[in-house]
Amino acid sequence: MSDIKIQNVCHTYNTNSGPLHVLDQLDLEIGDGDFVAVVGPSGCGKSTLTKLVAGLLIPDEGDVMLDGERVKGPRSNVGMAFQNPVLLEWRTIEQNILLPLEIVKGHGLDARQRKERVSELLAMVGLEGFENKRPSELSGGMRQRASLCRALVHRPEVLILDEPFGALDAFTREDLWVVMRELRRQEKFTCMLITHDLRESVYLADRVVVLSGRPGGTQYVQDVDLPEDRGLDVLFKPEAISMLADLREQIAIGQKRQTIGEAV
Amino acid sequence: MNSTLRAILIPLSFIIVFLLFWEWLVWFNNWPNYKMASPSDLWPAFWTYKGLFLEYGWQTLWRTVLGLILSVIFGTFLGMIMGLSRIAYEGLYPLLVGFNAIPKATVVPVIALLFVGSHDFNTVLIAFMISFFPIAVSIALGLSTLEPEYRDILRSLGASPFTIFWKIALPKTLPEFFGALKVAVTLAFIGTNLMEIISPHGRGLGHLFSSGEQNADYPLMFAVLIALAFMGIVLYYVVVALERIFAGWAERREG
Repeated sequence: MSDIKIQNVCHTYNTNSGPLHVLDQLDLEIGDGDFVAVVGPSGCGKSTLTKLVAGLLIPDEGDVMLDGERVKGPRSNVGMAFQNPVLLEWRTIEQNILLPLEIVKGHGLDARQRKERVSELLAMVGLEGFENKRPSELSGGMRQRASLCRALVHRPEVLILDEPFGALDAFTREDLWVVMRELRRQEKFTCMLITHDLRESVYLADRVVVLSGRPGGTQYVQDVDLPEDRGLDVLFKPEAISMLADLREQIAIGQKRQTIGEAV
Repeated sequence: MNSTLRAILIPLSFIIVFLLFWEWLVWFNNWPNYKMASPSDLWPAFWTYKGLFLEYGWQTLWRTVLGLILSVIFGTFLGMIMGLSRIAYEGLYPLLVGFNAIPKATVVPVIALLFVGSHDFNTVLIAFMISFFPIAVSIALGLSTLEPEYRDILRSLGASPFTIFWKIALPKTLPEFFGALKVAVTLAFIGTNLMEIISPHGRGLGHLFSSGEQNADYPLMFAVLIALAFMGIVLYYVVVALERIFAGWAERREG
């Protein structure tokens, strides 16, 4: 299927106030079917990382490899979801979810199969029967669920999630964590999740990567050895609590580095 | 009360009250009809010139609509260029603002001299020139304020810029576009009438208006004003109907 290898990537943006060095010597490996969460202080280049993996951006230096092949541009086997669900208001939920299939060629699904695919996904995220609703009729959490369906409808090999639960209230967020694990159980994909929430990263991922402050580089990697079939209560287990403590400490170190860097 | 009935009866009764007030005002002040015509003077004026009203009304209407169609095409095209290219935006915007700042009434004689004799062309040109600005600006703004995530969703799948424009950017700007089109309708009518009034031996309702003026037929002038208002209302609601069809999703439903 698909593994992601990021080797020695450096990237600099040219802004009005001079060059902004966002990524420095970043190394990251995500095995086939793995779920990796990337955390780090704000401004450490996490969103740049999503653009690099999606092929929306080519790094100044280093390689982004997908399946052993260099990423040179966008490719149709990628699905994306953002903090903003970006549903199209003039389309129904079903039409919104089908959007990627209008772009991706060769999925070989006829109209009926496409409808079935949508209902299947909606059932997985707990939105059965919402096919013909408009986005304006949905709550924030429901919109985000629909946005996840859209990211997965074309069975992408790589799923890129850029803080998808960041704007939701705490309860809805936890509901969606459970939905995300359910999706992962039923669909096959390699996933990179960008997040600010350490509990989210530990609950969802197989591995958590901490980026150092700007310019971002790999600072710390934490393997999450928790049972595959986990409920939210797993976060109260001693292993999870000690992992969270370690991660918190690493973030603090990364932040300090960034503050010092900015002071200089 | 039935809501469709209500939607007709309430505006209608306000119109009647307004007409009665107007009639009363003229009667109360004892104004002669060369100072202010009253609604009861208007019917004879309409009746006497009913043939001309139909003929000239049609001319004014098609010139205005054609001017509007041109400004929709050109305005959308210009707005697209400005919305999609930063350089075009920065370069064209001041130019457009400057062009828009010129009072169009001063351009009318220039155009009338430039293309002397071609009334239809002149009139359509002015209707177009006066009305494309809001359309271009609304499309440009709509496109340039599109959140980058919308673009990324499709771009990450390898969609072409045209596909992104067609599937996302264009539908997303439709509510702004229709808002601008409502303004443009009114402006285009102003443009058409300016030219019709100013050009000698012109046609259209503007010409009927100025000939009313020359013959001191004040009820006729007022009748033209009412006819223009009526046409403006009709065209405005045509735009509203189109908006319902193409951008009805943007309307906030109650409950």
